[in-house]
Amino acid sequence: MAASPRILYCHCAYAHIVPAETKAEVLTRLSSSSAEWDSVPDLCEMSARRDTHIATLISGGALRIAACYPRVVRALFHAAGSPLPAETLILNMRTETPENVVQELLKEDA
Amino acid sequence: MSRLSSPIVRVLLYEGPGSSPLSDQFRGAVLQSLLERGFPVSCMRSSGTIDAAANSVLLVMGEFDSHPQAANSQVRFQRLEGPDPAQAADYADQVRNDLGLERPGTWKPWFPVIDYARCTNCMQCLSFCLFDVYGVSTTGGIEVRNQDNCKTECPACSRVCPEVAIMFPKYRHGPINGEDVNTDDIRREAMKVDISALLGGDVYSLLRDRSARAKSRFSKERDDERALKERLTCLSKAGQAMGVPAEVLASLPSADEIRARAEIAQARAREALELQARLGENAS
Repeated sequence: MAASPRILYCHCAYAHIVPAETKAEVLTRLSSSSAEWDSVPDLCEMSARRDTHIATLISGGALRIAACYPRVVRALFHAAGSPLPAETLILNMRTETPENVVQELLKEDA
Repeated sequence: MSRLSSPIVRVLLYEGPGSSPLSDQFRGAVLQSLLERGFPVSCMRSSGTIDAAANSVLLVMGEFDSHPQAANSQVRFQRLEGPDPAQAADYADQVRNDLGLERPGTWKPWFPVIDYARCTNCMQCLSFCLFDVYGVSTTGGIEVRNQDNCKTECPACSRVCPEVAIMFPKYRHGPINGEDVNTDDIRREAMKVDISALLGGDVYSLLRDRSARAKSRFSKERDDERALKERLTCLSKAGQAMGVPAEVLASLPSADEIRARAEIAQARAREALELQARLGENAS
């Protein structure tokens, strides 16, 4: 059986562009789940630092990300020197409902 | 040491073997508190290697009876005593303070990121930026090199990109915020570039000339108050056209300094284009 996809949640802590209620709801429901996951205060900062943890996440297998627009998330990983595999699932908390974000993050693979 | 190369403190919320599980409510509140204070947090519920990533210190927290095994010396342990979830963030702050590291959040991460699926390496951004944010890779490609040189809230370089390839993730509106680009966006950006060309192709020249004209007029009139008012109007109009915040325009260096920096940036762009041409010739 394939390992569960790793989950990465961005809290976008230094700007008010992701609705606070969306972040709160996603964080609460992720926290209550049995999943193992990583969270970062700000994915942009992580990219600017070229944080080595990004490469660790990529090398760990399938990844699901809750952050913002997929185009920008892919560019941030590319800028950090660890381009995302094409099949990476990226959920946009700026536009999607928290219910949909959590459902997609935690869904069982078929 | 640059703020971007300084070590950081990460937190691992450990609920694996040898520890008691946290309540959902307490775990959620601890996570929220740590993230708000700028600490990355991982949640671990199984056994596994506990290892600090490079350039970081890992603070392992949990209700454990004895410490889990650590793989290296950059791992610290802190038992969570509860019931105050903010105490976890206080512990992390204490570790960061003891190590003399910068407090997270002192820099708002505002900088351009490039959509390489759209970028044509035209070097307009390199030529435009006065703050040395952009650089050129060894293969002649544009790259964002000095993120923390970028002026917070200023998206001006994205306005000069003819391919709508420059994004600012924290910008409010699309497509600069990373929204998908549509044909209207491309047409709009092309129009802006055309307008820029009509104005002489160099927005800094325009700003400089307007500033010089205003200075000349006001030096004759010797009306400082009016001069200030007119300058603010002038800067405000330029700011609206390019999306540049007034604070950024107000903090621009002197006209001579702008001219010198613009010439350096344009020379770097020319060199990059020449490098691309040479590499292209060698490859073919």
